[in-house]
Amino acid sequence: MPTQQQTIDEVLELAAAQFKVPRESLSPDDDFFKKLGIDSLQALSMLTRLEQHFNVELPDYELQGVSDFRTLAERIQARL
Amino acid sequence: MKSFCGKAISWEVRDGAIEVALHREPANEIGTQSLEELEQLASALPGIEESAHALIIYSKMSAGFSAGGDLRELHRRIGETERNAALAGIRDFHQRIHHVMNVLDASPLTTIAAVHGIVFGGGLELALTCDLIIADKTARFCFPELRLGLIPGFGGIPRLKRDLGNAVVRDLLLTGRSFNSTKAQQIGLVSQVVGESEALRVARATAAQLGKFDRTTAAAAKKFIKPIPYDELRQEIEIVIGLYSRPAVQAALKKFVESTDAQPYLP
Repeated sequence: MPTQQQTIDEVLELAAAQFKVPRESLSPDDDFFKKLGIDSLQALSMLTRLEQHFNVELPDYELQGVSDFRTLAERIQARL
Repeated sequence: MKSFCGKAISWEVRDGAIEVALHREPANEIGTQSLEELEQLASALPGIEESAHALIIYSKMSAGFSAGGDLRELHRRIGETERNAALAGIRDFHQRIHHVMNVLDASPLTTIAAVHGIVFGGGLELALTCDLIIADKTARFCFPELRLGLIPGFGGIPRLKRDLGNAVVRDLLLTGRSFNSTKAQQIGLVSQVVGESEALRVARATAAQLGKFDRTTAAAAKKFIKPIPYDELRQEIEIVIGLYSRPAVQAALKKFVESTDAQPYLP
């Protein structure tokens, strides 16, 4: 099982690739809505890609109020 | 009318398949314009079904297949009209959309929804009228209506009950959670999951295969295995209209329409 840090790194890499921003511009505590300039539908698209990458199912109500990469990664880690 | 190009939908017959494209900005919300054009499709189908063996519905919008009912139009209608007249208008809308959905559901053609991105609410209900759902891996499905104090109103619950196990239906409906194409295939909603942007291509390949079969036999098989749950569909309209009359629904619609929240779609 990956470590929490590895999961955070993978989340950041996937987000950077999906929204075409430099990986080094993203930090774990960034608000991904603001940092990536995305809306709720794009966030759902990111969630779909993360679920497929980590092979987990993340009910979106678990992500209500979650807007930073670190917490998002924690939610994923909890289902690995 | 073998081809049509409207503001919300278009169709043409291509290689024996009626291809119906959804293309209303921003995410194929189904309001009056879409309904009127879908009604034109429903009226035209008997005349063009002879020249086709399949029907494919897909979206040209990058956001996905459809975000469902046009909640902004609905909120405006409720706000601008006297209460009883508004409810009568909502009833009329639902009866008309049910007619369209029933025509698609009962079509003798084999019907395929090729979906990607968001397949929410009324959009999922439209997909559920089809015999097969082919989803690309970006697809995400959801019945978020309970968040508004409603239930799906375009025939979704009776069709889900027909097609899936009741426990799955309860999960989707009562939690309002969204789920991806892999999950959708696991529960039996989706027949094929394909790569990103591949759903239409695979739907066309599937339609080409269907063209090899005897149409009379295929239509008979479909009629035998896919009954239309008319009684439950009528009940659904009554339940929906009853729920619309509650102030809580109007307040939830107002909150949704006026929201600046970055996550308004999250239940």
